[in-house]
Amino acid sequence: MNLTSTDYLNILPLLLVGAGILISLTVEMYSKKSVGFLSWFSFLLHLLVAYYSLYTVNNVSSVFGGMMGTGGTVNIFYFIFNFGAAIVALLSMDYIKKAEIYFGEYYILLQSAVLGMMLMASATDLVMVFIGLELMSICFYVLAGFQRKNVRSNEASLKYFLLGSFTTGFIVYGMALIYGASGSLNIQSIFSMLSAESTPILFYVGTLLFIIGFCFKIAAFPFHMWVPDVYQGAPTSVTAMMSTIGKAAAFSALLLIMLPLIGSKNPQTFTPLFTVLSAASMIFGSIVALAQTDIKRMLAYSSIAHAGYMLIGLAAANDTGASGIVFYLAAYAFMNLGAFGIVSLIEGNGDTEGTIESYAGLSDRNPLLAGLLALFMFTLSGLPPFAGFFGKYYVFIASLEAGNVWIAVLGALSSAISAYFYLRIIVVMYFRKSDVASDNIITESHTSLLGIVISAILVIMMGLTPGSIVRLINSF
Amino acid sequence: MSLETILFYFFASICAVTSVLVVVRREPVFSALFLVLNFASLAGIYVTLYAQFIAVVQVIVYAGAIMVLFLFVIMLLRPEKEKSIFSGNPTLQKLSIGVGVLVFFQLIYIIIAGTISSGKSVAAEQRIRTGEVEFIGRELITNYLLPFESIAFLLLAATIGALVISKKKFE
Amino acid sequence: MTEFGKILAFMILAIVFVIVGIFTAYLIRPHRPTDEKLLTYECGENAQGSPWVRFNFRFYIVALIFLIFDVEIVLLVPWVLIYQEYGILGFLTGFIFIFLLVAGMIYEWRKGDLEWDRPESEKFMANTFKLPKLTLPAKKIKEEVTN
Repeated sequence: MNLTSTDYLNILPLLLVGAGILISLTVEMYSKKSVGFLSWFSFLLHLLVAYYSLYTVNNVSSVFGGMMGTGGTVNIFYFIFNFGAAIVALLSMDYIKKAEIYFGEYYILLQSAVLGMMLMASATDLVMVFIGLELMSICFYVLAGFQRKNVRSNEASLKYFLLGSFTTGFIVYGMALIYGASGSLNIQSIFSMLSAESTPILFYVGTLLFIIGFCFKIAAFPFHMWVPDVYQGAPTSVTAMMSTIGKAAAFSALLLIMLPLIGSKNPQTFTPLFTVLSAASMIFGSIVALAQTDIKRMLAYSSIAHAGYMLIGLAAANDTGASGIVFYLAAYAFMNLGAFGIVSLIEGNGDTEGTIESYAGLSDRNPLLAGLLALFMFTLSGLPPFAGFFGKYYVFIASLEAGNVWIAVLGALSSAISAYFYLRIIVVMYFRKSDVASDNIITESHTSLLGIVISAILVIMMGLTPGSIVRLINSF
Repeated sequence: MSLETILFYFFASICAVTSVLVVVRREPVFSALFLVLNFASLAGIYVTLYAQFIAVVQVIVYAGAIMVLFLFVIMLLRPEKEKSIFSGNPTLQKLSIGVGVLVFFQLIYIIIAGTISSGKSVAAEQRIRTGEVEFIGRELITNYLLPFESIAFLLLAATIGALVISKKKFE
Repeated sequence: MTEFGKILAFMILAIVFVIVGIFTAYLIRPHRPTDEKLLTYECGENAQGSPWVRFNFRFYIVALIFLIFDVEIVLLVPWVLIYQEYGILGFLTGFIFIFLLVAGMIYEWRKGDLEWDRPESEKFMANTFKLPKLTLPAKKIKEEVTN
């Protein structure tokens, strides 16, 4: 295995994050006041990696003997993960003090989770998908239970761990069946093998199990039971990370299986499955979110609905769908990071719950935060001209191109339902007077505010120039 | 019937019987000990498949380290005070039996109707060579170099995570 | 006979040896059980209460760390056997692996996870009732002689 110097430049993002983990670990070991340094260090590290991966986006190659690819979509995913993680680092700086989890291990685990996601997104071999998934998941299990004295946090960690390891079992079983059917774990050779001969039924069963496993990770409908409790119980900064870049990482693995199918003889093999999953997720998420009184639970159910919209792109199984999903993931990541960032500022410390009622009169108490939250709610509901609208637009267009009209109609219907609960928050913020009981103190945090403003700017920018971004994604 | 086939049926029957016993025993420690036997017989099956190194790993890691962990968990939880999951919930019992039967028939169907990729049969010498530790080592540092190094990061994260979760006093 | 065959013959022999030994002992030994003999500890204290005591959590952490390093060893054994064939690069691949694991180990060490903190009562006992200093027998004899 000889890597040339170009190869080293191409895998530099991975090397940088790996080195970052080691540096953070050393600092954590030998310094008593490491947390302040580690927070800024992880912010700068992820920002640097995000910049570098976007800078080298054209270096498409395959390294480590076909174990991983670089450049193109992989680097765009690198950018989403690392920029998202940089924003999470900003949001966490003051939040982890309030949540009483002011420990350096938080940032080490954050960096490790990002490394796992990057390995997963760049994998072209099922072994690497599995290792990346495990690295990411283990860090998330621990991060979800980081508030060790909080019963809800413990519950979230345990639930996530038990169900997560159960579905990892599904994924590994699926991989084993795929290996049995094709005799290889490399995506390229699996699909070349299958196009040569008639596809054995074993392959379909294996892929089905693989898809079911990842549907758990992206929180699609029948596999969503963990989502509300985990999102509510975990520290809010961790929830922000799990629901955005964690979901993007799981989708990158699904795309890995789906992209080779697009060019094959019958690309729509799994369209019925994805259509049903996406329809169920959209309708279920939107309707149940209507009844929620806690904002974190509401965002959890809306996350299920958004997984449904993204699955429309997979059901379409064409290039527009694939690039639509990547665009949607980026847009969703930044708008949800912003929304959770504001939630983390407003939620009280201790057991006070983030009820929607506690947002009453926010426009008087803190007009800036109220305005930003209104922006994120608008874009989450898919109103133009923000990023959320174009995300939905591209996946719906892809579905129409594939001749799958009714799922696009269902998606539009579900967006209309979801607009109700997103706009309800805006109504509560602007038109309801705050009563004394819910008048909790908003945390003063310049770093969190910076993170939220950066996400807001990105959401607006992606809404202004969606075409050029999609063209960039499409060019690979 | 060759010796290999006899050995396979021997280990496979031990494996099947013990895995049933793991589920039906009421005393959790007994279940755990039957699981050790189950893992050991799996190691036997690996040997009949010429995967010697995997067999040794199975005994060292699964029957050794993981079972120690299982026993510690049982001792930590004081299971004699825990009610059986099924005792107050017959619906759950029926459901779990149903799922088990479903998985069983699915596997049977795959084995009978599915075509396991043919043309992969190789000579016994070749298979023995593939199972050798040196062969696995060569694969690890050539083709599987990236997974090899990634697993180091995985284990590092697991170490830190385990300590964060389980430490008594954390600062 | 292949190498596996030899191992198999050895294992069969071991199993037969044990079974035959126990069975012959069963045949020729006298069989006269009494209540006293059937106790768990025939010659010791009578057992009190349940044997289920909650173990110290520390055991579990040590088992967890052991498991992680066990997996590490399993991956290192194949590397150790062949790394010389690949020169310095082969050495480096394993070196990075060990380096990462050692970093984890140093982390445990620095954070005090490998220390065995004794229960409070034991420390209290040790501090309150100072045990007399033990002197080695040889030294004692020497002192007696000089006196």
